[in-house]
Amino acid sequence: MERQSGKKIFGGIAIGNILFYTKQSNQVVRRKIEDTDAEIKRYEAAKKEAIRQLEELAEMAVKEVGEVNAQIFEVHAMMLEDGDYNESVHNYITSQKVNAEYAVASTGDNFASVFANMEDEYFKARSADMKDISERVIAVLSGRKAESELPDEPVIIAAEDLAPSETVQMDKSRVLAFVTELGSANSHTAILARTMGIPAVTGVKIKESWNGKLAIVDGYQGELIVEPDKAVLEEYQKLQKQDKEQKELLQTLKGKENVTLSGQKIKLYANIGNIADLAAVLQNDAGGIGLFRSEFLYLEKDTFPTEEEQFSVYRQVAETMAGKPVIIRTLDIGADKQADYFHLEPEENPAMGYRAIRICLTRKDIFKTQLRAIYRASSYGSIAVMYPMITSVQEVKEIKEVAEEVKAELDADHIPYKNIEQGIMVETPAAAVLSDLLAEEVDFFSIGTNDLTQYTLAIDRQNTNLDKFYDPHSPAVLRLIELIVKNAHQAGIWVGICGELGADMTLTKQFLQMGVDELSVAAGCILPIRKIIRETK
Amino acid sequence: MKTFEYTITDEVGIHARPAGLLVKECKELASSVTLTSNGKSADAKKLMALLALGVKKGDTVKVEISGTDEEQAAEKIEAFFQNSL
Repeated sequence: MERQSGKKIFGGIAIGNILFYTKQSNQVVRRKIEDTDAEIKRYEAAKKEAIRQLEELAEMAVKEVGEVNAQIFEVHAMMLEDGDYNESVHNYITSQKVNAEYAVASTGDNFASVFANMEDEYFKARSADMKDISERVIAVLSGRKAESELPDEPVIIAAEDLAPSETVQMDKSRVLAFVTELGSANSHTAILARTMGIPAVTGVKIKESWNGKLAIVDGYQGELIVEPDKAVLEEYQKLQKQDKEQKELLQTLKGKENVTLSGQKIKLYANIGNIADLAAVLQNDAGGIGLFRSEFLYLEKDTFPTEEEQFSVYRQVAETMAGKPVIIRTLDIGADKQADYFHLEPEENPAMGYRAIRICLTRKDIFKTQLRAIYRASSYGSIAVMYPMITSVQEVKEIKEVAEEVKAELDADHIPYKNIEQGIMVETPAAAVLSDLLAEEVDFFSIGTNDLTQYTLAIDRQNTNLDKFYDPHSPAVLRLIELIVKNAHQAGIWVGICGELGADMTLTKQFLQMGVDELSVAAGCILPIRKIIRETK
Repeated sequence: MKTFEYTITDEVGIHARPAGLLVKECKELASSVTLTSNGKSADAKKLMALLALGVKKGDTVKVEISGTDEEQAAEKIEAFFQNSL
């Protein structure tokens, strides 16, 4: 047994035989040619074909890994059309009278070394792009297929490095896991592995002698175990079984509608608290993001995040979701979520204290910075905004005024934005009781059941002495939810649930009966809930 | 000739995707567009050269636009920097 630790790229357990993967050697021979014009034509034709392949790959990748991640192939296509690159290839052919393969290989190497010598890690990594595009053209020139054939039996791919095009082209049903020696956690291949949900570990010294041997890849720990002991193997088989159950569910339910047997539809969105959660959102086939907790932007820092920092994060999320709804909840800090630089005074009763929208409406500078970032990002996808801890109609009016100010400022700066939907969290008994009036003011409701339960039952969920008084399915809370749904629909707006109750599968049927329009849950719960919905009459 | 300066706020700098988009934008213009940063210059219609500048977050780039459509071109490109970089 041999254990190797590396960096984890994507969690998951794989057990199978290792395939030591080497690039099909595009060994390029230098040949003298006579007719340089004909050789240039040969190059141009091969380049055209390579670009066509890349465009096809981009299309394939959009489906598998989303628009933003697929753009790398479009960029590759553009690199092949680059003036300097082509000039260099043409020059080799005409001045040295060499074959197109050699001209492309030399040009690729030259460009790769320019990037390899750069200091910044990101630009260093572009050296692989240069080699990747050049190899594609050479493969076309020499009539080789760029695709790599994998054996019928699924394998663990062990390679020194993998180009993004190689990763996307592999038949994923035959890949159990990726283990590579090179490639950072930010490489395109790592991003692709993550979005495709294939366990992956990098930074492991790969040995050719492993080829064909049984191994375990533990993507959660970032480990590779070659020729495991019986006990280790059994332990991992158990772990893998749990993983598999989830994946099987995924296979059968991905792409299916959230519709009951009688035809009632409901939206299933995911909750996220960080950019890293996006991969799980895509893998689990969420219809959108129903709750994007923006707090992490504030909690991860020692000072207020700037408009630019926030904008780039919101934009990235909107772009990755490629047109699917992304509902951003504005800052919900205070109570149990504290950041020192806010200088919040200690409170006797923080859950009922200075938090969330109450901070935003007293410190409008903080609020406006966030809203500006959200509105700016709105041109990059389908964003909506929602406000937490609402207790009165007056608050909502005040918020909308701030939003109007932000829009006017953007207009003055000629910055484009969309008139996005504005909604509120209904998570206080006050908001529930006033939901008929609040519904007139906003575009949607999202019911935050955790706080709604705690405030309605006057029970602190952290206090274990209160467990016997705590009923998660309290009729008091369920009646409030029913009231909120009714009032929302009467005013013609939609209503979702984004708290823990939304993911409570014993209540799914009841929520359907109430006519709830959307449930936003942890990404891992989407497919199990979809299963229940599809079995409900 | 029109010029402006811009300090990059994008986390990884002028990386492949926005560079690709910038090249696309610039190719539609009649004007020539030159980027200068850290003492090196590149034609913004050439993707590799642009990437090879290695512009990182916090770097200031000088952008020079010159040609018949330089007025509108400068506006368009400045907006691109503000939104994407």
